[in-house]
Amino acid sequence: MSARDDILGNIRRSLGVKGSETIRRQIVQDRLERAPRGVIPARGQVSGEERVALFKTMAEASLATVTEVESAADVPQSIALFLRNHNLPATLRMGDDLRLKVMPWSETALEISHGPSEGRDLNAVSHAFGGVAETGTLAMISGPENPSTLNFLPDNHIIVVSAKDIASDYESVWSKVRFTFGKGGMPRTVNWITGPSRSGDIEQTLLLGAHGPRRLHVVVVRE
Amino acid sequence: MNVHSTSPQFKQNATRALHDPQLQKALNNVKQGFIDKRKSAADKLPEFEALRDAAHDIKNHTLEHLDLYLEAYEEKVKASGGHVHFARNADEAREIILSICRKADAKTVTKGKSMISEEIGINHYLEANGIRPIETDLGEYIIQLRNELPSHIIAPAVHLNATQVEQDFRRVHTHLDAKRDLSEPVQLLTEARAVLRERFLAADVGITGANFLVAETGTSIIVTNEGNGDLTQILPKTHIVLASIEKLVPTLEDASQLLRVLARSATGQEMSVYTTFSTGPRRSADADGPANYHVVLIDNGRSAMLGTSFEEMLRCIRCGACMNHCPVYHAVGGHAYGWVYPGPMGAVLTPSLIGVDKAGHLPNASTFCGRCESVCPVRIPLPKLMRHWREREFERHLTPASVRSGLGLWGFFAKRPALYRFATRAAMATLGFMGRQRGRFRWLPLAKGWTAYRDFPAPQGETFQARWQRERKGRTA
Repeated sequence: MSARDDILGNIRRSLGVKGSETIRRQIVQDRLERAPRGVIPARGQVSGEERVALFKTMAEASLATVTEVESAADVPQSIALFLRNHNLPATLRMGDDLRLKVMPWSETALEISHGPSEGRDLNAVSHAFGGVAETGTLAMISGPENPSTLNFLPDNHIIVVSAKDIASDYESVWSKVRFTFGKGGMPRTVNWITGPSRSGDIEQTLLLGAHGPRRLHVVVVRE
Repeated sequence: MNVHSTSPQFKQNATRALHDPQLQKALNNVKQGFIDKRKSAADKLPEFEALRDAAHDIKNHTLEHLDLYLEAYEEKVKASGGHVHFARNADEAREIILSICRKADAKTVTKGKSMISEEIGINHYLEANGIRPIETDLGEYIIQLRNELPSHIIAPAVHLNATQVEQDFRRVHTHLDAKRDLSEPVQLLTEARAVLRERFLAADVGITGANFLVAETGTSIIVTNEGNGDLTQILPKTHIVLASIEKLVPTLEDASQLLRVLARSATGQEMSVYTTFSTGPRRSADADGPANYHVVLIDNGRSAMLGTSFEEMLRCIRCGACMNHCPVYHAVGGHAYGWVYPGPMGAVLTPSLIGVDKAGHLPNASTFCGRCESVCPVRIPLPKLMRHWREREFERHLTPASVRSGLGLWGFFAKRPALYRFATRAAMATLGFMGRQRGRFRWLPLAKGWTAYRDFPAPQGETFQARWQRERKGRTA
């Protein structure tokens, strides 16, 4: 007997079931279909300005920095300023995301490069799929638009998120994922990011920049 | 299963730990940090207790339908282009992993933190077969350099102080300037980051664990703060996920409920920094990510726990809150438990996995104070399960003769209430009289196990039962 059949057989023997019971199959099918939401904290259940403000507060509590700009056209200047203020080189790597591509980067002195990271980039920018106000979390989707390596390899990671994409809770992000990729479908990777990389492994001391970015900077586009 | 454990020597391990000044200093960090941080995170979320109930229910529901959720999960992984392998035990799991590594022509393998990988002892096996495994979680990296097991399930190097880590880095990182300054923890972190960055980029295979597996989508989830798990899985050509079968949850919504209690219970964070949902290998348009995605589903004793009282242990989401709040863990640390899983969850799980004959001491190392159960995010009745192990140990005559005869003697009196009351009243009156001046005893016959480490407080002279009766009479009168 294969290991698979053996294990499933053992589980069924322990549970005292056959595996063919219609009612059990129906219960499982139903749960997978309906995906009930469970307990949703009231904290995030606010809208408009209040929700953006909560997102900002929670993201800052996770030690990210947050800037708001009026429109997408303001993003390049805002990022150039952030890099200058931290004495960082004026370089920036990004994927093929159209929302980023159409921004007026030529108005800045930033040296832009495209594609995934090979581990030597200092600064990168990605566009978020969404944000979650409840915990100041950003939801990133893998693909050529925003390669996953940009989320982890650069020292300084900048994430652009549209205010309208900031949801109350994780569940609303999942609804949007299902709408985009179909029920049961997923992009290769969804990354939830809440603050910059850190470790407490040496004497429980919190240190930033363990293996991922030392800084996480979020630019919220209000338009 | 053939495992190397020192669990049978728990008593000797504990004595050594109590007399280890470096360890005692490091354990102070556990007592101070984790408890306050968890409490503060729980207090900030009014729905926290309701979420614990939801987490408990989701895990129970999944375990009751585990066969069907495993089938659904397998189907979705395959549909997304991934491979699923089933392993009955550690031997099979190691074989499967080795053969995937061989197929990838792997020389080095990076690893994210994974308790199941410690359970099956994959590192030694790969090394013995000419493949170099590199732990990338900072704590795991440190203990790998020291050839130790983790002493905590989420803070593997919590038993060490910075000066010890400095010594290890100087011993191993010999390509760096011997005169460099490593006096600050941040310098140690920076050095590890630079050394491991090269390893990440060079690795042929990345192995991670999984905090959860989602049946709805065929997704594996890892949770880290460092980002090491992500670099482990997106850079090499092949990603292997190791997970025990009880990691299943039905849907993304269910996973989200559990994630809300996981970080808060573990580190007191609102959410861990990186929560990553991986589904299959890289897609045709992708610019990065692994070309091959394998999941190894490991039973290793879990299916036999289903349908028994120990089924409740399979709800465990490995947050570490039970050990963070355990006075025994605080006193002796994780290594004294002798195998992979320490603290209260280890005291229940280890006998299930390696046998109560080997690990029978662990469920005995508890004061039954109940703090572990009071903080467990999935409400596992850990003291009750430890008591079940004690009963089984007794039934199987594994308990030492002195304990058995002591229990027998106590049982003789306990079954004769009048005699019990008379004997305890006489004993308490005598002890109360003898100790009335000092208020405590430095030595008592048959009580050296207690008095060797601390004084025994003198009784007040009256038994609890006597006082209860006296006060109740007073109230009704």
